Amino acid sequence: MYWDKEMECMPREKLEELKLRRIKETVFRVYAFVPSYREKMDTAGVKPQDIQTLEDIQYLPFTTKQDLRDNYPFGLFAVPMSEVVRIQSSSGTTGKPTVAGYTRRDILTWSELVARALTCAGASRHSIVQVAYGYGLFTGGLGAHYGAERIGASVIPSSGGNTQRQVMLMQDFGTTHLACTPSYALFIYDVMRSMNISPEDLKLRAGIFGAEPWTENMRSEIETKLRISAHDIYGMTELIGPGVAIDCSCKEGLHIWEDHFVPEIIDPDTGKVLPPGSEGELVITTITKEAFPLIRYRTRDLTSLNYEPCKCGRTHVRMKKVKGRSDDMIIVRGVNVFPSMVESILLRVPGVEPHYLLIVERDGTLDELEILVEVSEKVFSDEVRKLEELNKLIRKELESGLGIAVKVRLVEPGSIERSEGKAKRVVDKRNL
Amino acid sequence: MVKQISVFLENKAGRLASVPRVLGNAGINIRALSIADTSDFGILRLIVNDPPRAYQILKESGYTVSETEVMAVRVPDSPGGLAGVLEVMAEAGINIEYLYAFIGTTSEDALVIFKVENVDEAAKLFIAKGIQFLEDKEVYAL
Repeated sequence: MYWDKEMECMPREKLEELKLRRIKETVFRVYAFVPSYREKMDTAGVKPQDIQTLEDIQYLPFTTKQDLRDNYPFGLFAVPMSEVVRIQSSSGTTGKPTVAGYTRRDILTWSELVARALTCAGASRHSIVQVAYGYGLFTGGLGAHYGAERIGASVIPSSGGNTQRQVMLMQDFGTTHLACTPSYALFIYDVMRSMNISPEDLKLRAGIFGAEPWTENMRSEIETKLRISAHDIYGMTELIGPGVAIDCSCKEGLHIWEDHFVPEIIDPDTGKVLPPGSEGELVITTITKEAFPLIRYRTRDLTSLNYEPCKCGRTHVRMKKVKGRSDDMIIVRGVNVFPSMVESILLRVPGVEPHYLLIVERDGTLDELEILVEVSEKVFSDEVRKLEELNKLIRKELESGLGIAVKVRLVEPGSIERSEGKAKRVVDKRNL
Repeated sequence: MVKQISVFLENKAGRLASVPRVLGNAGINIRALSIADTSDFGILRLIVNDPPRAYQILKESGYTVSETEVMAVRVPDSPGGLAGVLEVMAEAGINIEYLYAFIGTTSEDALVIFKVENVDEAAKLFIAKGIQFLEDKEVYAL
């Protein structure tokens, strides 16, 4: 089943032509309308007319998260604000969030992409889609919602949280498709079992799960427990939100919709483009976005690309499930956490020194973030109660700053490894 | 007042043993100790014969250490002895943070270490009620 067969199954040759035409348009547009791009291209000595083949895009400068921060909030938009109909943002909390703007057509594009994704997961106008991603600035909720409406499904905008009610709605409304984070899907299962409801009591058939990295093992766990087909949906706020890529029914890699996004794989250290099949950092150029185009955006996600034809008939390139991040950012329950954020929060607690370590574990189904903090002499007390109060204070500060629940463990000074001047800040035990 | 040395310890195998080893190597004698623990960490409280040196050595060994003023109170070593002292303190509204018993004794009395909220108030009360407490030098020399 396809949503847009003509585009999804377009012969590679035609697809390459389309990509080149759209890249050229995009480069001309950003050069004309976004001063930051013009400056960077001028510095690099590249003019829009230098882009004559798809390979030529490697001469364009990269765009990084730092560029987004430098141009916060709307500096990289290529249209006047009167054309922007929606603003979404990342979960960035202590630092400035990543802001995305959408024109009316961008919203339509996004809806189309999610419509393709949902169709890959077998959804149609006859489906009942429960969107248990958070609604709001986070792209998950509204992104999935618009896509589900686009295909004409009946959408239940349940948003995140209140899991017992999620299960009740699922059962009473006959939900066929679920959209949420993979860890939340497993959590829903646990709650369901505690309510003595079995997957057989439900009409659930498939789910599109994303916003955090997850493994093939987790996929089979979700599929076995919930008795559904679990599809990985890839995206990020900067790129558009969920819907950049999706597993088809073959589940041998996620199709990146190349009529909208041009992927490259680079060596994260040298920035050099790597040959097809190599593992490296995914770089994406958006070629249809109007409000917030991105040229060679470094996603920091590590993966590889497979241009072999897929059994499903779609011609678009497949990316491997994301293996990890090429920098220190971690995604915990869909929320981006940077060690630097933890550091700045800790430094707000009087007497606490910035010696800390983030440990992420998957306890059962949910990600657990534990933060080890060294106890300095300034905050140490001979009374348990005072240390427990300190622990609580640090936890509260972190939770309000990061927006997720964390565990804090006070540890002895010097017990957190310091190596070569740069401390290891993150231990990810999820084996993703 | 008596100086107690408190040390922060993680709840990990072998951590407790390391402190007496460091002190022992420096020739410091432990007179009394207690451990307060939670699932994650513990606080080792020590009365030693040379608190300033113990503090310095532990600090140099990388521990988080603090010095706290506590009282070493003589409690009659007979049934109801401790209860009598505690009742007197309760009546006077003296808050006790924690207490623990001394390892050795000097006479027929037991020695109990008290950490109270207000040391001066407690001292006044003890004097008024005829409850004896030891000077720091007496404790270190025990």
